[in-house]
Amino acid sequence: MHPYIPHTPDDIRKMLDTVGMKSLDDLYADVPQEYIYKGDYDLPDAMSEDEIRRFFADLAARNVKMTCFAGQGWYDHCSPSVIPYLTQRSEFLTAYTPYQPEISQGTLRYIFEFQSMVCALTGLEVSNASMYDGPTAAAEAVRMAVASTRKKDVVLIASTLLPQVKEVVRTYASYSGTVIEEIAASDGQTSLDALTAALASGRVAGVLVPNVNAYGIIEDHTGFAEAVHAAGALLIEYCDPSTLAVLKSPAEWGADVAVGDGQSLGIPLCYGGPSLGFMACKKDYLRKLPGRIVGATTDRDGKRCFVLTLQAREQHIRRDKATSNICSNQSLMALWVTIYLSLLGPKGLAEVNERSSASAHYLCDQLVATGRFTPVSSKPFLKEFALDYQGDARALHKALADKGILAGVVTGDHRITFAVTEKRTREEIDCLINYVKEAAL
Amino acid sequence: MRYYDHLIFDYSKSGRCGYTLPKAAAPEVSTAVPEGLRRASAPALPEVSEVDVVRHYTNLSQMNFGVDTGFYPLGSCTMKYNPKINEEVAALPAFAAIHPLQPVETVQGVQAVYAGMEQMLSAITGMAYFTFNPCAGAHGELTGLMIMRAWHRSRGDMGRTKVIVPDSAHGTNPASAAVCGLDVVVVKSNADGLVDVEDLKPLLGPDLAGIMMTNPNTLGLFERDIKQIAALVHEAGGLLYYDGANMNPLIGKVRPGDMGFDIMHLNLHKSFSTPHGGGGPGSGPVGVAAFLKDCLPYPHTEGQQDNETTGSSAGCTQRVDLLTCGPFDPQKTAGRVSAHMGNFGVILRAYAWLLTIGRQHVREVGPIATLNANYIKELLRDAYKLPIPSVCKHEFVFDGLINDGAREGKEGATTLDVAKRLLDFGFHAPTIYFPLLFHQALMIEPTETESKETLDAFIDVMHRIAAEAAEDPDILHAAPHACPISRPDDTTAAKHPVINWADLQAE
Repeated sequence: MHPYIPHTPDDIRKMLDTVGMKSLDDLYADVPQEYIYKGDYDLPDAMSEDEIRRFFADLAARNVKMTCFAGQGWYDHCSPSVIPYLTQRSEFLTAYTPYQPEISQGTLRYIFEFQSMVCALTGLEVSNASMYDGPTAAAEAVRMAVASTRKKDVVLIASTLLPQVKEVVRTYASYSGTVIEEIAASDGQTSLDALTAALASGRVAGVLVPNVNAYGIIEDHTGFAEAVHAAGALLIEYCDPSTLAVLKSPAEWGADVAVGDGQSLGIPLCYGGPSLGFMACKKDYLRKLPGRIVGATTDRDGKRCFVLTLQAREQHIRRDKATSNICSNQSLMALWVTIYLSLLGPKGLAEVNERSSASAHYLCDQLVATGRFTPVSSKPFLKEFALDYQGDARALHKALADKGILAGVVTGDHRITFAVTEKRTREEIDCLINYVKEAAL
Repeated sequence: MRYYDHLIFDYSKSGRCGYTLPKAAAPEVSTAVPEGLRRASAPALPEVSEVDVVRHYTNLSQMNFGVDTGFYPLGSCTMKYNPKINEEVAALPAFAAIHPLQPVETVQGVQAVYAGMEQMLSAITGMAYFTFNPCAGAHGELTGLMIMRAWHRSRGDMGRTKVIVPDSAHGTNPASAAVCGLDVVVVKSNADGLVDVEDLKPLLGPDLAGIMMTNPNTLGLFERDIKQIAALVHEAGGLLYYDGANMNPLIGKVRPGDMGFDIMHLNLHKSFSTPHGGGGPGSGPVGVAAFLKDCLPYPHTEGQQDNETTGSSAGCTQRVDLLTCGPFDPQKTAGRVSAHMGNFGVILRAYAWLLTIGRQHVREVGPIATLNANYIKELLRDAYKLPIPSVCKHEFVFDGLINDGAREGKEGATTLDVAKRLLDFGFHAPTIYFPLLFHQALMIEPTETESKETLDAFIDVMHRIAAEAAEDPDILHAAPHACPISRPDDTTAAKHPVINWADLQAE
């Protein structure tokens, strides 16, 4: 017998009697015999808990824990211990999607709080309950733009977006007949002139641009909304939500939709998942928004309560006419982010940005001072920046990796993009600088 | 459960905080963000203490029902027990602190998890390869359909834009097909609740991309004609997609790959025991037959596991050659479907479950789940209408009460009423009003982790509810009576959306 399967032989016998069968095999009498698998399942022997612990400890030992100076959409920020403690509460962890609001008010309330916080960060009026991750949220926003405009089949995306965002957007679009065109950059930032020229075709449904781009540059989107709206298209901002504590919000840029990845809000790196995607929009597009939405209402006794609402947009009602096929959200990660933002508050999140930015500028200055790096752009940045290296970027990166330092991400033969968060100590940063000085590469 | 009427914003007081940060590593750079790029005012986030946060979310949790609270007979959702050792494994810092862009030599433990899972899932399903990049079941469906289209496209067969979906299918099937740019054609069920082969035949043609099937279907019935269906679809040049939402009864018994399916997804948060987390994160790995390998999305782990050194079988190897994210052919791949390689933390949990079950217990999973479903069905058919009486698999569907108590001047009790009354007795409701084939559908799936005693208690309560309905349906109409709230006003919620804190304050 097994701890997860509580049936004794006697239970099985009695239950078979009840259903009028002689053996468990009889339950599959309707399955053509040729499909009953008679071979051996090539699986390991069942393990005890301690064997499992040892097995995973051995696997874990084959990963190298590195001091992280890498970013590119995935940041090693500090995360308060309260968060896993609360998200691991089994009433949150083991609950299903809140289809029965009478016994799901906990989930529904924190999703409502999550939506409120996404609205606060983005300045937009409406948020959904979360999506899978940033890139898929961007792909859904592109679909939403096409669905919200008439007979337009082109979506412009900034060439400065993170590669994974561009690739997922292109993948989704390639199956729905939407044409994706890239907007050129100048000095590392999306060019308004290039955007204006591309909008002239009259076929553009939406424009996707990053608030902080793949080079770490804070983009200036002055004039973007006016140009995009004059062409009858939607402006979509792809944001690092952590930076919205200090940077101009999507609403301030005049965006219609904001999307991004919630990982920078204290979610563990965990080899890229789970995190969450967020998606907010102006009220005008509420009924085009994909995904779950929680709303407030009252119960029969007048008590305030929360429900999944506006479900007429969704797949279980509309089937192939739904706004999206998304069926669920990354609910527990939405709880994670909600608790993170509650603990940090506006001041804490601003401090995270200030500290990260101070350390990033220090590292950047020190690396440039070695005489072996030159900045890719003169534009302002926060926690991430790209430098061109005079030698072989991969060789340098490898040499530092051998010392246990993840020295950014190699983004070209001679280019490395570094990210520094508030989690990196002065010693760790100086250690990186010293190794760079020592490395004769 | 106790009603608690607060939001975190209620506790906010300017100047409070719930965090500490490491001391500054470098002097502040006040000029980092030029004025024109700064936001005008701070975002309206709450300012609360750590104690406020802990008490508030603990109170919220106590208004929630989970698998650890009680029985969840939710059809098509496979709400089995979520083992705790899995959580311990997923929290290991040597996994949780790995950046997705670390050099592949430094993440061999991670890559071995992907390779081991691919081997074990292939063993269970009869497929050849798996991608773990999709983050949920519906995402897996979409990815599977992208693979289907990528394959036709790679052969220059551009006209295949139609996908057949049975009328009993999960709502995500047609929705995923639409997102993938396919036209959905519905095939009818026959009187036995199975795909009507005669209705299918005229739908096959040179424009067919494939068919999406769930087997057993959403009525819990095994599609006996699958062999003929597979032959017909393949003959027409289409591919067969298997919706793995209903895989649980087949675990340890039947492999979709053997039935002729070319592409399938699995829900690790269903059959493979990972927690639902109130709606996610899940994981929807997609398996394919060998000929579709080049059409998998990227990145995908490549490399040979070295079994010889330990003599152990799949998933259990201690030494491997270098595993890398393999090269891909841009002309054939379905593309990139998520940020990196899916929800790694969820995949780890499912790995731990598979190792706990192992070869010794895998053959118990499907059959015991199936026994549990048939047991409930037999003992409740005296009180609930059973439209399809034949042996079911992991789930079955009732079509409402036999005696709903309707009489002069009194409405009978509906499926919704039964569902709400169940909440009073500490059970989650079944899936209701799905599948759409029956007006009063109550879809029940117990899973293998529920004991005979739990099922007996559920059956007793369902009988009691049926007796109440016959006597006075108003007891059911007014249910639930013992939950933190009574039934919410959904109509007002949809007509006047109040969907964030600012809206609520404006009320």
